[in-house]
Amino acid sequence: MPNQPIKFYQTGTFTIGNRLLDENNRSVQATAARYNSLNSGHRACQGCGEALGARYAIDAAMAAADRQLIAANATGCLEVFSTPYPETSWQIPWIHSLFGNAPAVATGIAAGLRSKGRGNVRVVAQGGDGSTTDIGFGCLSGMFERNDDVLYICYDNEGYMNTGVQRSSATPPAVRTATTMPLGAEPGNVFGQGKYLPAIAMAHRIPYVATATVADLHDLEYKVKKAINIRGAKYIHIFVPCPLGWGSASNDTINLAYMVKECGLFPVFEAEHGKVTGVSKIRKPIPVEEYMKPQRRYAHLFGKNPATETIAKIQALANENIQTYGLLEQGAK
Amino acid sequence: MTLKQIEGSHGVAEAVALCRPEVICAYPISPQTHIVENLGEMVKAGELKAEYLNVESEFAAMSVAIGSSAVGARTYTATASQGLLYMAEAVYNASGLGLPIVMTIANRAIGAPINIWNDHSDSMSMRDSGWIQLFAETNQEAMDLHIQAFKLAEELSLPVMVCMDGFILTHAYERLDVPTQEQVDAFLPPFEPRQELNPAHPLSIGAMVGPEAYTEVRYLAHAKQMQALERIPEIAADFKLGFGRDAGGLIRPYRLEGAEIVIIALGSVLGTIKDVIDELHEAGQKIGVLGIISYRPFPLEAICEALKDAKKVIVLEKCFAVGIGGIVATNVRMALASTGQEVLTVVAGLGGRAITMSSLHAMLQEAVAGRLGKLTFMDLQQGVVDRVLEHERNVRRSGPIAESVLRDIGAVASKIS
Ligand SMILES: Cc1ncc(C[n+]2csc(CCOP(=O)(O)OP(=O)(O)O)c2C)c(N)n1
Ligand code: SF4
Ligand SMILES: [Mg+2]
Repeated sequence: MPNQPIKFYQTGTFTIGNRLLDENNRSVQATAARYNSLNSGHRACQGCGEALGARYAIDAAMAAADRQLIAANATGCLEVFSTPYPETSWQIPWIHSLFGNAPAVATGIAAGLRSKGRGNVRVVAQGGDGSTTDIGFGCLSGMFERNDDVLYICYDNEGYMNTGVQRSSATPPAVRTATTMPLGAEPGNVFGQGKYLPAIAMAHRIPYVATATVADLHDLEYKVKKAINIRGAKYIHIFVPCPLGWGSASNDTINLAYMVKECGLFPVFEAEHGKVTGVSKIRKPIPVEEYMKPQRRYAHLFGKNPATETIAKIQALANENIQTYGLLEQGAK
Repeated sequence: MTLKQIEGSHGVAEAVALCRPEVICAYPISPQTHIVENLGEMVKAGELKAEYLNVESEFAAMSVAIGSSAVGARTYTATASQGLLYMAEAVYNASGLGLPIVMTIANRAIGAPINIWNDHSDSMSMRDSGWIQLFAETNQEAMDLHIQAFKLAEELSLPVMVCMDGFILTHAYERLDVPTQEQVDAFLPPFEPRQELNPAHPLSIGAMVGPEAYTEVRYLAHAKQMQALERIPEIAADFKLGFGRDAGGLIRPYRLEGAEIVIIALGSVLGTIKDVIDELHEAGQKIGVLGIISYRPFPLEAICEALKDAKKVIVLEKCFAVGIGGIVATNVRMALASTGQEVLTVVAGLGGRAITMSSLHAMLQEAVAGRLGKLTFMDLQQGVVDRVLEHERNVRRSGPIAESVLRDIGAVASKIS
């Protein structure tokens, strides 16, 4: 899917195009019989990208696994908003243990199933960027290194949202969070080296690594389905805007997820055994400002005295991605 | 039934293997290593059919165990000391979720100062974690307790720690009675989980619980331990029927009849204490011994009953609560709250210091003479401590404590006499 030449008249999304597709290629979400693995009634904020991403991903996994699916969830927004006792939005077997151990719990589930001769049941672990890139990083790396038969999905909203929007190691530079206030000489989050987990996952040479956004449903579903059918460790990193933490409008979630890819800040690609095998090209390149402006977490960079230098540094990061991953069509500028 | 001259760790590995574990997770720490190494070998050799996972930390080991137990697989792991602390968050989680994992603790001191030798500080740090804790006196009992532990854990859907003294037991070679597979199969039925992650009937495990129900959930954990108080002696009795020997139970009284002084302890030191007590009996001094096997649940009533004739109770423990004193002693005092019997604490064997018969003799003579204080640190080198304190009074930048003590003692190798 990601490399398929665009044939439809739409330029933004595939949602309308879905009807023009062959039955088999239609999205899981488009079918009346979709699984609603994460059912309605949960307590996520309006426009929550994580809630959307989780429903897309787990429904696609259910389709690929023919309903033979178990999920382990890390502590975080997704866990808290989906299971307010005594209610649960999960229609699949689901376990939450701790903040930092979802990959290991999933390893245990897979091992337990194997020992019982039930290896046909597929296992997903999921968590936010905080649990994935920080506290659960050791367990995740261990799961990769052993090539355990688990699909790990990271819902990246670029911060610790459940505890009130603090910085994580996935928070981008200059972003305002509760622990990186827009004060002092370097307002917002500092420019560090960044901790880019998709590349770290690739360095483990696991069978499959992919990134996706909630703006491209087809691409996301394709990647989850593909991953579910691969044995061994898989990693999918999904970009999920958080209206509450980012200070963005609820109805901008899809748009932001679309723009982050188009500006080059979030490369959308897939990789097998450590090598990039497919890249979603940028269709209409946009400057990073266009993506940043609708988000209050970047507001301190704009206004009367825009922080042009900082914005230029962020643009440079996007340009570097565009170079590294070859995000532009040949001949495009 | 075969007698084998084997290491304690090897015996425990054999006992665990006979219980047909389905998932085993391992992360090395002395003195636990030989147990998981032996199990790994059995799996590699094809003698034991189980999933054996080499994980990246103890936190992962317990987390993997949580996952596998939640899909209904019989799950085992082992650790000690720093490893137990490193997995602490998951230890509480496993019991909170009611997952019947069995874990061996090869008891070892906790750092700093780093120390690989035996005491009970590690297990005691998890005494309130909701796990059942059983302490083995001998290697035979360590083996037998593992077989009982799986039965107890799975009946109650609670995890069980089998605690055995690091090195003293884990690394000791002796003749051990290894049961047959038929015996163990007859005693331990296949694991029938109370809760299971299964696509055929989806359920959510580990949901958030607020003030409206948290107390009830916690109370149920306590109620289950109270059930264990009843089941532990019954399971030990069943075990005796099937295997022909005593192992387990809540407590183990020894020569309590007519004893005015009773000494209480856990684990392998009971052997040394009994030898001393036998000598004293020959000399006409009636001192009794009470071993505690089940530390959690703590058998308040059984202990009170067993001590009813004692005038003075000495709790000898390989751990202590800094800033207050004995840990086990505090629990024993609770058992005797209504009797007013005197309970004295003797802290001994910390970080592997040998508890010698001569030290025990001396301590008991002090007790007989009425000179034993409320809290005694056996064989404490008071001079060393005084000099370090004096140095600290005089010198602001007095340096790291452990290193000061070592410099004062001047010992490179640990001295145990
Ligand atoms: C060991 C531990 N430390 C801290 C926390 C508090 N905590 C719970 S959720 C959370 C933030 C989760 O952030 P992330 O993983 O990015 O998920 P999000 O809520 O953003 O979706 C934190 C810090 C915890 N539950 N456990
Ligand atoms: S805070 Fe963000 S991630 Fe959490 S529920 Fe709200 S929108 Fe979703
Ligand atoms: Mg987050």
